[in-house]
Amino acid sequence: MIPKLMQSLVLPVANAKASRRQFMLGALAAGGGVAVGYHILASSTAAASETAADGNKAVAFTPYLTIDNTGKVMVLSSQFEMGQGSYNGLATLVAEELDADWSSIDVQGVAGNVKAYGNVAFGGAIQGTGGSTSMVTSWERYRKAGAAARAMLVAAAASEWGVQPAEITVENGVLAHPSGKTAGFGAFAAKAAAMPLPVDVKLKQPADWKLIGNAKLKRFDSTRKTNGTEQYTIDVNLPGMLTAVMIHPPMFGAKVKSFDAAAARSVKGVVDVVETPRGIAVVGEHMWAAIKGREAVKVVWDDTDAEKRSTPELMAMYKDLAGKAPVAIARKDGDVDAGFAAAAKVIEATFEFPYLAHSAMEPLNAVARRNEDGTLEIWGGHQFPDVYQMLAGQIVGITPDKVQLHVMKTGGSFGRRAVFDGDVVVESVYVAKAIGFRAPVKVQWTREDDMRAGRYRPSYVHTLKAGIDGDGKLVAWSDHIVGQSIMAKTAFDGMIQNGVDPTSVEGANNLPYAIPNQTVGLTSTDVGVPVLWWRSVGSTHTAFAAETFIDEIAEAAGRDPIEYRLSMLDPQSRHAVVLKLAAEKAEWTKPLPKGRFRGVSVAESFGSVVAQIAEVSTDDSGGIKVERVVAAVDCGLAVNPDQVRAQVEGGIGFGLGAILGEEITLTSGKVDQGNFDVYTPLRIDAMPVVEVHILASANPPSGIGEPGVPPIGPAVANAVYKALGKRIRTMPLAKSFNA
Amino acid sequence: MVTLTINGSEHKVEAEPDMPLLWAIRDLVGLTGTKFGCGMAQCGACTVLLDGAPVRSCQTFIGDVGNAKVTTIEGLSGKVAETVQTVWADLDVPQCGYCQSGQIISATDLLTNNPRPTDDDIDAAMTGNLCRCATYHRIRAGIHEAAKRLEA
Ligand code: FES
Ligand code: FES
Repeated sequence: MIPKLMQSLVLPVANAKASRRQFMLGALAAGGGVAVGYHILASSTAAASETAADGNKAVAFTPYLTIDNTGKVMVLSSQFEMGQGSYNGLATLVAEELDADWSSIDVQGVAGNVKAYGNVAFGGAIQGTGGSTSMVTSWERYRKAGAAARAMLVAAAASEWGVQPAEITVENGVLAHPSGKTAGFGAFAAKAAAMPLPVDVKLKQPADWKLIGNAKLKRFDSTRKTNGTEQYTIDVNLPGMLTAVMIHPPMFGAKVKSFDAAAARSVKGVVDVVETPRGIAVVGEHMWAAIKGREAVKVVWDDTDAEKRSTPELMAMYKDLAGKAPVAIARKDGDVDAGFAAAAKVIEATFEFPYLAHSAMEPLNAVARRNEDGTLEIWGGHQFPDVYQMLAGQIVGITPDKVQLHVMKTGGSFGRRAVFDGDVVVESVYVAKAIGFRAPVKVQWTREDDMRAGRYRPSYVHTLKAGIDGDGKLVAWSDHIVGQSIMAKTAFDGMIQNGVDPTSVEGANNLPYAIPNQTVGLTSTDVGVPVLWWRSVGSTHTAFAAETFIDEIAEAAGRDPIEYRLSMLDPQSRHAVVLKLAAEKAEWTKPLPKGRFRGVSVAESFGSVVAQIAEVSTDDSGGIKVERVVAAVDCGLAVNPDQVRAQVEGGIGFGLGAILGEEITLTSGKVDQGNFDVYTPLRIDAMPVVEVHILASANPPSGIGEPGVPPIGPAVANAVYKALGKRIRTMPLAKSFNA
Repeated sequence: MVTLTINGSEHKVEAEPDMPLLWAIRDLVGLTGTKFGCGMAQCGACTVLLDGAPVRSCQTFIGDVGNAKVTTIEGLSGKVAETVQTVWADLDVPQCGYCQSGQIISATDLLTNNPRPTDDDIDAAMTGNLCRCATYHRIRAGIHEAAKRLEA
């Protein structure tokens, strides 16, 4: 059930411009230094803007950065850091415009002012990290804040030194005047707060950038990740804090009928055993006590409403649906039936995709504490902070503004911490409440909890059909996608138009190829397994189906896979450009040594286009190994080129692990996999050599956290076909050999 | 009561002998650099040194540790370890960083025993350390680079 209030948070993306107008640069004195950020106007009208410009401060101020009297610059990030490097990206934008000393920069996650930290890409009315939008939403705002801060420091120095601001230079965190006067930011931070805001903030020209686009810039946060000092949610330790583990329903939708905790209560270190709407919580002095206590709890479940089906049954149903007409249409060009009727050759294929777990290295967790004044504090990976404030406030009976979120860094997420129901976050509040708020509580999931408590990349079936004419030209194409909607029954269900959840069809209904007749259909299924966005969302399956099928068609047409794709693309298009770049760097036309085979694919996601060429080898027993991947990337302007590279390397490893061996299956409604012995993300011995080539671009930055993932599966599958002559249509890959 | 020697200091912990060393280090001693990832020796996030040899602390019980010296990421020292840590930052190996305490301890152990590892040696030594961010490409490069710097 979605609270009413939450629905009002979600505005159509079309409103993005209107919300942007509500922003007005501002600054305040803060802690002996200066805070620079934005005033949020009560209304978005021009009249209101002018009022604020006249100095009316009766509007909320939200800092984007602070500079203290030691010269330390703290960037306050609206974007959550899960390893993808968003903090580093934001730090780069600020430091560039500030001309700050890179080593003086730090970043802290912030939450709690929807208006000020709203994600522009989501319409500006909800704070959130996702869809690879961190740079998209931050590009203007954070650079402007940095530039304004720089201007105010310069103004402060000019007034103190009695010189013209224009004569002052700023480099590497040092203000200098030709007379020989120099000072660090700390010396003028306090005075800067009293300076008038610059009327017209000028951003640097690209030619003057030192940090943006600098491939040699190192992440500001690497050292703390090499010596054990980086703090994650699991590391939060508050005075008197207790640790709880959950007993979740063994089947999705089951409920507690009764439980017996007598034996658990006598386990040393167990403090309490309580029931919450999300299951039983065993509360201990520490994690081990809670784990041992949990083993001793007996729960009787009511599974009346539970999802009890098994994977084979669900797959059979999906395949049956896929053979019927789709319920909704996501794209329709030309007349597909006429196209097929006129085709010289028609090819069909069915693809099967399993549920996938995010399995971030840090299992889900959150810490909740109720304070004497009635406010609530929650530490966690707050990927959807406004939602969590609201849900937590409702549980406790306080307004969202009384819920203070501490945005922790987390050991990965891949989408898992952006949830509508707040899962582990609300659990921490439920448990704290159930023990009468007598102590702060950390709820820590074990790996098994993390793998079995749901929220998976949905399982899908695609049926594809293509028609080519006598010249091998692709004249008709249809794709019918069957699977659960991620957005249905959530606060985002307004995004579902005409029965089409965009996250089910993205990557399928925007194929770049010139195909005169095509339809993309969708049949959304009703299954009680909780699903969620998983790094690159719809493109995890749509790109696989489309890009392996295109290869099959190219073969039927007797054409080279790259040449065939290019024949259907505008030569100037981003797809064509990255394909050509990848082909050149991978020496596509050069013969490979014996036992090596190549495959290609290209996919657009989150505004970026990535082509990959995979090289695989086979051994005598028919085993395959991905040896090398060459990637060509157009992600607009690369703010941190080396981090773009890192995200593509990691995305390739993440996507490769999935197609090689990841699969969540159900037996009578129970998840079969519990840990990494049977759910198998990629390990180092299967990691290929990766080469990433970034296209020079003057376009604003687009996504990079996810776009490296979609092309790897089809590129590898296409290479495996070349190696073994077997089309890969059932994931994970090995299943295609047994099918 | 069990006495543990961690990073050179003695800690008396009030716990049963079947408590995994991981939770004693984290929850009782308060050193949080050692991470929990799986609890069943499948991921390597909890790797520590026991008398200089890497072990999975989630499957090492405090009652079995005896007088052995425990070294966690916080206490890791020496030329090999410091070189690995420096190279890790120079190459920006970590993404989320959560697995990296374990990766660094395993890499240090590898280089201590095999100063010039091949790619195959690296794969064999590091395969027990999962990285969900898949930083493997840079882990490999990092180990080669550390080997080079240590040789110089
Ligand atoms: S937590 Fe010990 S190996 Fe995973
Ligand atoms: S860096 Fe994130 S799990 Fe390894």
